[in-house]
Amino acid sequence: MWLTSAGLAIGLAMIVCILSVIFTNGIRIFWPPAVAVFELEGESSDGFSGSAAGVLAKKQFKMVHDSENRKIEEWQIFLGNREVYGTSYKFFERSSIKDIRYPRDILRLERREYGDALVFPVSLKSTNKERVLFGASGFEETFRRLVQETNERWKEVHRIEKREIGLINHKIEKLRLREKSLRRRGLFAGEQKRALEEELGRLQNDYQVLADKARYLRGAQDNVCLSYRLSTGQEMELSIGKIVDFYFPNRLGMAEKWQFFFKRLGRFLTEEPREANTEGGVFPAIFGTFVMTVLMSLAVTPFGVLAAIYLREYAREGFLVRTVRVAVNNLAGVPSIVFGVFGVGFFVYFVGGTIDHLFFKDALPTPTFGTGGIMWASLTLALLTIPVVIVAAEEAIASVPRGMREGSFACGASKWQTIQRIVLPAAAPGILTGVILAMARGASEVAPLMIVGVVKLAPNLPIDGIFPFIHLERKFMHLGFHIYDLGFQSPDSDAAKPMVFATALLLITLVVVMNLGAILIREHLRKKYATGAF
Amino acid sequence: MTLCDLTKGGNQVTMNHESHIRTPGIRASEIRTSAQGPTRQKPLDSEISITVRDYSFFYGAQQALFNVNLEMPEKQVTAIIGPSGCGKSTLIRNINRMNDLIDLTRHSGDILVKGQSIYDDELEVTEIRKRIGMVFQKSNPFPKSIYENVVYSLRVSGQNNKDFLDGVVESSLKAAALWDEVKDRLHKSALELSGGQMQRLCIARAIANRPEILLMDEPCSALDPLATAKIEELIFKLKKQYTIVIVTHNMQQAARVSDYTAYFYLGSLVEFGATKTIFTNPSKKETEDYITGRFG
Repeated sequence: MWLTSAGLAIGLAMIVCILSVIFTNGIRIFWPPAVAVFELEGESSDGFSGSAAGVLAKKQFKMVHDSENRKIEEWQIFLGNREVYGTSYKFFERSSIKDIRYPRDILRLERREYGDALVFPVSLKSTNKERVLFGASGFEETFRRLVQETNERWKEVHRIEKREIGLINHKIEKLRLREKSLRRRGLFAGEQKRALEEELGRLQNDYQVLADKARYLRGAQDNVCLSYRLSTGQEMELSIGKIVDFYFPNRLGMAEKWQFFFKRLGRFLTEEPREANTEGGVFPAIFGTFVMTVLMSLAVTPFGVLAAIYLREYAREGFLVRTVRVAVNNLAGVPSIVFGVFGVGFFVYFVGGTIDHLFFKDALPTPTFGTGGIMWASLTLALLTIPVVIVAAEEAIASVPRGMREGSFACGASKWQTIQRIVLPAAAPGILTGVILAMARGASEVAPLMIVGVVKLAPNLPIDGIFPFIHLERKFMHLGFHIYDLGFQSPDSDAAKPMVFATALLLITLVVVMNLGAILIREHLRKKYATGAF
Repeated sequence: MTLCDLTKGGNQVTMNHESHIRTPGIRASEIRTSAQGPTRQKPLDSEISITVRDYSFFYGAQQALFNVNLEMPEKQVTAIIGPSGCGKSTLIRNINRMNDLIDLTRHSGDILVKGQSIYDDELEVTEIRKRIGMVFQKSNPFPKSIYENVVYSLRVSGQNNKDFLDGVVESSLKAAALWDEVKDRLHKSALELSGGQMQRLCIARAIANRPEILLMDEPCSALDPLATAKIEELIFKLKKQYTIVIVTHNMQQAARVSDYTAYFYLGSLVEFGATKTIFTNPSKKETEDYITGRFG
């Protein structure tokens, strides 16, 4: 008898364990750590000597197989400044560290390239030779202001390039397609040709104007530089345009640390990724996961519910119905990658290819729907999760009490009216549970997505301001795939590790939130439709 | 066929159908409609509402009703009594073809309502059920508001005019003696009512469409004596407008409430007549045994 409670305890312990590992590792990257300067004795194996400014990342022990078989303690330290040192993380033997200090003046820069930098600031230099020295009052305010300005300017550049130039490119592309279509039909001559070329010229002018503006703004980003000194003594300069944010890690009070924490968290959730997805935020992945999940649910719900209604209400119990039910249940056990392969073969090549041939002939050989995209991914996952919905819906429909149905028939309702007015509303809690479980399952499947439409970095979101607003043929980013990409396909896996945990935490939170939503909606509906029978 | 005709020609009816009857244990000569003797008295002015003619019913291979012949008068209460398993519920559920919902059933013979067969091919089942209301043993209000429960049969007929529906709700609930208790919470859930109120709501729902006939399958067996009394009172009032057929295993209730009583045993009609006669001077011994409690 104690075996049963032991089993439960072990299960719970495992869940708690995994959640806390992910939580502590994931949440840590948002918290500002103190930066130490380590005084080194002698030279490390690759010639690093002097002092190293960094954050202690990991302590570990190494066995040295010499005459004494010693155990040596090593510390992994995050140094930053990847363009200088070659890597961001380095191992030092504990014994070679003779002093640790926490200077107040050390500055941490979050940069647009090469990750973070740990530096001692010297001065701000502008192109007209004005200088503000670090010790002077107002240095920090000026620095803060400059960084804000450059960030605003980047937003402007981004807007011009992405939105406005993007719109012009879209229009030019449409013109080209029209030209191709006219040529194909032999109508590209005279009036049509002139009008088209005129419009093309106009659009190219607009493009030039915008491109010039963007180039001018980009140039302005390098007006001011920060000159600084590394802990090794090396002096360098960095234009402010390359700095996203900065802070003095050893000067933050507790309140300020919390403030920093939430600011970082917010940016993680709302920004786009940089640096091969190892920096910046994961917003496109969140958006892509969300849109895909919604599309998948819209696809799976009607089919699942209708199938369940047929199986329960209309089909005669017999060999055929039982076979169908067995088949549906087994569908739930098929490996998800098989669904992915089916999705590629059927949706992408067959259906997508046919659609391209019928509607988008002019764009060929570039495929529009004949390649992976958010619509095919959603449909593939809908297939994957349909058994869950069918089973849940069948259960829910079967559990509507017979008395209610008889009452409806006795009032003169037809079978379909009874289903529509009495059975479905009463079965709604159960059906909804099935749908949300399907959503949660679909949102976390990665394998099939990799071949039907998810990419490492998508140039744009599947929903934007350009008509028809929802672009079902676009590729998209996805949280689950993001984790895989960070963990296994990053150039610098140590730098990516914190992001892996953070993204995994986010994905788990999303799934938990969806399940909680399911439970709440179900409870609400249960109270509304509770029958006297229970 | 009027009642008088049957009384006279009863023996003829008997002989024609002997071959179709399988009789488990009761002698064939006994299982006949009450054609012999003055067991049936018909009030002069009423007509027949429901005619059950040579009706047999089968659940798969098992026969549940054996050649029933019965006429139920209009705007009167006919009670159907008998021990458990004697086919009373089966019969009443066939009058509005509720047993069509069960697989593998079949029947022979016919049931006519006001002269028209309910099995007529041109008649939609839903139409029949709108003209015949039914109240079940266990009250089954829908998980909707009280208002929506009452107007359900009108809505499924396509009637959505708000004023009209309001009027129907008020008159039906008043007729069911529930209006005063719920008039302030018509849009609250029907599931919040007490058991007796729920059953009265079901009665209101059944009469909302102004059917000709009201079928009641043991409507009070799940209720306490007070609620039962209320419903019996209701039946008295309702019979002025509706033909009521009530199945009950409570003989006292049958005696109190009904004008005519039919006694069934093992799927066959044993005796039918005016309630007073059946209960004071039944012509069959089986009937007397059942009523006096010696059996059943």
